[in-house]
Amino acid sequence: MEKTLVRNKRRESRGDRVFYAVNLTILLLLAAIVLYPLYFIVIASISNADAVLGGRVYLYPVDITLVGYSKIIERTDVWLGYLNTIIYTFLSTVISLFVTILAGWALSRKSLPFRKFFMVFFIITMFFGGGLIPFYNVVSSLGLLDSMWAIILPSALSAWNLFMTKTFFEVGISESMIEAAEIDGAGQVRTFLFVVLPLSKAIMAVMALYYAVGQWNSYFNAMIFLQTEEKYPLQLVLREILIASETTTGGSGETILEQYRLANQLKYVSVIVSSLPVIVLYPFVQKYFAQGVMIGSLK
Amino acid sequence: MTETSVAEGAAAVESSPFRLRMKGFRKRLRRNWVLLCFMIPAVVVTFLFCYLPIYGVLIAFQDFMPGDSILSDTTIWIGWNNFERFFSDYQFWPLMLNTFLLCIIGFVIGFPLPIIVALMLNAMKSKRGAKVLQTIFNAPHFISLVVMVGMLYLFFGRYGLVNNIAEALGGERFSYFLSENAFRPMYILSSNWQDFGWSAIIYIAALSNVDPEQHEAAVIDGASRFQRILHIDFPAISTIVSVMLIMSIGGLMGVGYEKVLLMQTDGNLAKSEIIATYVYKKGLTGVPDQGYATAIGLFNSVINVVLLVIANTTSKKFSENSLW
Repeated sequence: MEKTLVRNKRRESRGDRVFYAVNLTILLLLAAIVLYPLYFIVIASISNADAVLGGRVYLYPVDITLVGYSKIIERTDVWLGYLNTIIYTFLSTVISLFVTILAGWALSRKSLPFRKFFMVFFIITMFFGGGLIPFYNVVSSLGLLDSMWAIILPSALSAWNLFMTKTFFEVGISESMIEAAEIDGAGQVRTFLFVVLPLSKAIMAVMALYYAVGQWNSYFNAMIFLQTEEKYPLQLVLREILIASETTTGGSGETILEQYRLANQLKYVSVIVSSLPVIVLYPFVQKYFAQGVMIGSLK
Repeated sequence: MTETSVAEGAAAVESSPFRLRMKGFRKRLRRNWVLLCFMIPAVVVTFLFCYLPIYGVLIAFQDFMPGDSILSDTTIWIGWNNFERFFSDYQFWPLMLNTFLLCIIGFVIGFPLPIIVALMLNAMKSKRGAKVLQTIFNAPHFISLVVMVGMLYLFFGRYGLVNNIAEALGGERFSYFLSENAFRPMYILSSNWQDFGWSAIIYIAALSNVDPEQHEAAVIDGASRFQRILHIDFPAISTIVSVMLIMSIGGLMGVGYEKVLLMQTDGNLAKSEIIATYVYKKGLTGVPDQGYATAIGLFNSVINVVLLVIANTTSKKFSENSLW
């Protein structure tokens, strides 16, 4: 739409030029506010710990050192947490995809018996729930305490994702194609496997990413359900490193300074290390994430 | 197939409308049982982890100890006792106020911000520039809560970046995490920092559907870019804005307690203890008082549902937009 404006440059009034300039300035400022903290974490993680604490690191790394990174390599709990998180994320993504895609497809079919009932059944869960304690008791009485299934199964289906998938199928797969497959004698299972699935790579990518990021970043269910430290996912280990040590002192640094220095550097490094997969993948996958929101907005 | 035609013949003879409908339904069922099978995993998971907990809410009306069964002869029913206890709890008003203020301030700042950013990005001359900026704005959304709060401790700690800058400018060092007044600003600003770009996507998507001809016509009429935002762009997204408004009012008291819990320190508890974190502490830590905690949680969810219904009805009355 702005192309017209470029063509009609002569018509752009002074007021508009001021508007564009102010608009751009504010947005660039916003970008700086978003980027600077992230940038600071990176430079602080490779700077001398004293320089960071002493306030000599602002715009570029000072006395570059990788001592923090070599420290974190020795932390077996971090790597065990990493491994656990990878396992949990993988399993939970596969299971969630299975559950969501199947149900999403079925819900998108007008011929599904009890369709209205199912819709209401899932919509209710979006606005009302039993709350934390009954949820905990259910998981506990299913015998899932201290088991990885306690953090995989309850998050296996999000109603939001289900409805997004349903909308995708309704909009993205033409009725005539399904009818053609059925006229050719394909049953509903075959139609789904060989006609629908190959056409739904986009929604599967979006859903896989949503579920994977959700699981990778979650800590709360693991915190309340897991007791054995060897089962802790990365986020719980990070919580120990980044936060548990702080809540009593409020970051006041009343611990012995040397310890504080080391701990501090380890924090910057652990933020980087734990976010690495997301940072590396982000530029490639971000268009899929955005796509997901847009599919959702079609409703 | 012959079976069906026989059945149809029989139905034609009897030809009562109810019978006919039942026949059609049974036929539909026989043809579509595969679709029903597809629903099974989703229904099972939802039943187990959403509906069983809703049933478990009954313990809000019981004197319940962990391990008790919900319905048995030994169940001690105490009616509204747990709720009355909560209303007379000395924590009741502070909790209500903390929850309400955190949500309402967060809403007042967090709701319009993505809309403004979407309108601004849409009004940029360079489409590619807008894409790049959007990529930057979306990035913090993918930071986990633990890392986000960890970053807050690093930046706002006594020897963190913010204090270093303050001291360099001649200010005093200040322990933000030990001060109760710093909790809400830190919580709300960091949440917005993380999510304003992400929340803007939906508005940007809606804006991309605006008919370019409307803009061209307005330019010919001499409308400035700012006027076009007010009279073309904003009306184009007003439907989605009101839907989002209803949804966020419904979630108003359902603030993200997982983050609050991570940010709580002994110093800021007076402002950072909200209903949901109190439920967690009462029900799952120390000596658990599960019936009481569940009652408090139920009270909170009921407020949410009431808010949602009010928002939806109001919106229906004053505009065409509603969720149902």
